[in-house]
Amino acid sequence: MSAVTDAVRIAAPGNPIGQSIRDSLIVAKRNLIRMARIPEVVIFGIVQPIMFVVLFSYVFGGSMNIGGTTSPQVYREFLMAGIFAQTVTFATAGAGAGIAEDMHKGLIDRFRSLPMARGAVLTGRTLADLVQTALTLLVLAVVALLVGWRTHTSAGEVLAAFGLLLLTGYAFTWIGAVIGLSVRTPEAATSGGLVWLFPVTFVSNAFVDTDQMTPWLRHIAEWNPFSATVQACRELFGNPGVSTSDAWPMQHPVWASLIWSVLIILVFRTLAVRKYRSATV
Amino acid sequence: MPGAIYAEGLVKTFGDVKALDGVDLDVPEGTVLGLLGPNGAGKTTSVRCLTTLLRPDRGKAVVAGIDVFKQPDAVRRSIGLSGQFAAVDEYLTGRENLQMVGQLYQMRAKAAKARADELLEQFHLADAADRTAKTYSGGMRRRLDLAAALVVSPPVMFMDEPTTGLDPRNRQQLWDVIKQLVSGGTTLLLTTQYLEEADHLAHDIAVVDHGRVIAQGTSDQLKARTGGERVEVVVHEREHIQAASALLDRFSLRGPDQGGTKVEEHMRKITTPVSGGAKLLAEIIRELDVRGIEIDDIGLRRPTLDDVFLSLTGHAAEAEGEDGEQPGAGQSGTGQGRPHRKEAAT
Repeated sequence: MSAVTDAVRIAAPGNPIGQSIRDSLIVAKRNLIRMARIPEVVIFGIVQPIMFVVLFSYVFGGSMNIGGTTSPQVYREFLMAGIFAQTVTFATAGAGAGIAEDMHKGLIDRFRSLPMARGAVLTGRTLADLVQTALTLLVLAVVALLVGWRTHTSAGEVLAAFGLLLLTGYAFTWIGAVIGLSVRTPEAATSGGLVWLFPVTFVSNAFVDTDQMTPWLRHIAEWNPFSATVQACRELFGNPGVSTSDAWPMQHPVWASLIWSVLIILVFRTLAVRKYRSATV
Repeated sequence: MPGAIYAEGLVKTFGDVKALDGVDLDVPEGTVLGLLGPNGAGKTTSVRCLTTLLRPDRGKAVVAGIDVFKQPDAVRRSIGLSGQFAAVDEYLTGRENLQMVGQLYQMRAKAAKARADELLEQFHLADAADRTAKTYSGGMRRRLDLAAALVVSPPVMFMDEPTTGLDPRNRQQLWDVIKQLVSGGTTLLLTTQYLEEADHLAHDIAVVDHGRVIAQGTSDQLKARTGGERVEVVVHEREHIQAASALLDRFSLRGPDQGGTKVEEHMRKITTPVSGGAKLLAEIIRELDVRGIEIDDIGLRRPTLDDVFLSLTGHAAEAEGEDGEQPGAGQSGTGQGRPHRKEAAT
């Protein structure tokens, strides 16, 4: 059976970590090419948070009490960290829908029959989503500056805040991956990927001051992983409305955000890869 | 030594449904096995088990000499799979699709690119190489999918209903490609609902029904099981039916009461089981001529795989049916019963 041994030699397994990274990048490239060829998806992904910025700033600004003032300018600066964080989490739905579509079209079967690293299809997808998220954040930051948002800290701190935001977004795409692998159609993945994000992003410090919530709701909001990232960003941007609550994540938001993100990645990546390996259409 | 594809007692249950109920297969190296059966017979589930996509509840499988359930990764390096749907990325060009698959087979980028160009040429896709697969017709997508399965020239190939949904011209083209491939020594397991396809491409045919292999053999062996060849005569005048029927009785292998000569009055058709081939047919024609019996049609009819399926399972292959036209008194009755679906181009 010389033909057999030849084929095996072509694909002799190298260093598994190296292979995993390489395969992930190949899949990421594929997803980035797709994004470039379906620009509508990227454009709507950018338009949506811009709408939030404009609507929240002009509709709610002036009626929100942040740190004892209802000044619209203060609310705008307060709001931006929340919108940034909400934007990165919405990438979840895209990841879920993309993976569900691959399942639906039989592409996952093809990938699973190839001698490639097991997690690479999912890692590649989440990495491509990370690139899209970064692009969205960049455009959004420019819009935010136009409506009057300013940072009052060093460039290093501002960059650190954006780093935390990207990490949070990356962690959430793994939740999207699990959703995408669990539903039967891409449509279900889109709505299923979005619906739970509303309570998560609204029962938080993103749009209102948590001090004004009823105590039980406030506790949930303060321990919400999402709130930790928002609080960390406000602190790192030097924006108003930083919570003075003595809840641990509000006292140490950068650490809390980091820990939450790493935990989410560990748990949901494990779940997603396990689901991928046993996926059946 | 077991063949290049070997399965023993594969069992897989989904909830209450026993998709596989003890499938045994053995495909010698360099041959083609056609897995023939209606929808839901267990063809796709068998392929998924053998290609590492699905773990059976019980059973053993060896592909290219490697245990499928113990070393799935090693098996993946030695197989190519073309699934039931053309699994290509619509938003990637033909070239990008093949290049990606090559790289995921762990080829270097340059080698993958060269191989992609080669395959595009071979599969008549070179002109469309830089268009996205979304613009391809159904036949082109199928060819691209098949090319993707062949990137590393794997010694063992699996094709799950490769021509489902293709028009006759594209089907013929794909058959030519498959024949070429097999002549190069690849071992192939092919599933199909189309009896004609199995007859055409496979050395051996395994008939599956309700998760089991209910018969296996060459096309000829299977046909022999349903009673060998028959002579079919259509007379011109209704009053000649009697005389022709008496004549055919003389050549018949069996008496009229043992499933021998059969008469279909309204079609003026008389059929009887015989052995003796073309020589016998010539003799019958002479005898008919001597008796002045004018005929519209005469032929030696070998049982089709449709007949085989019907006699083995007691029901027709479910994909057939709406197209039940009989092939006159043709030589060997191929070309029947296949629904010619329109090619889906979007």
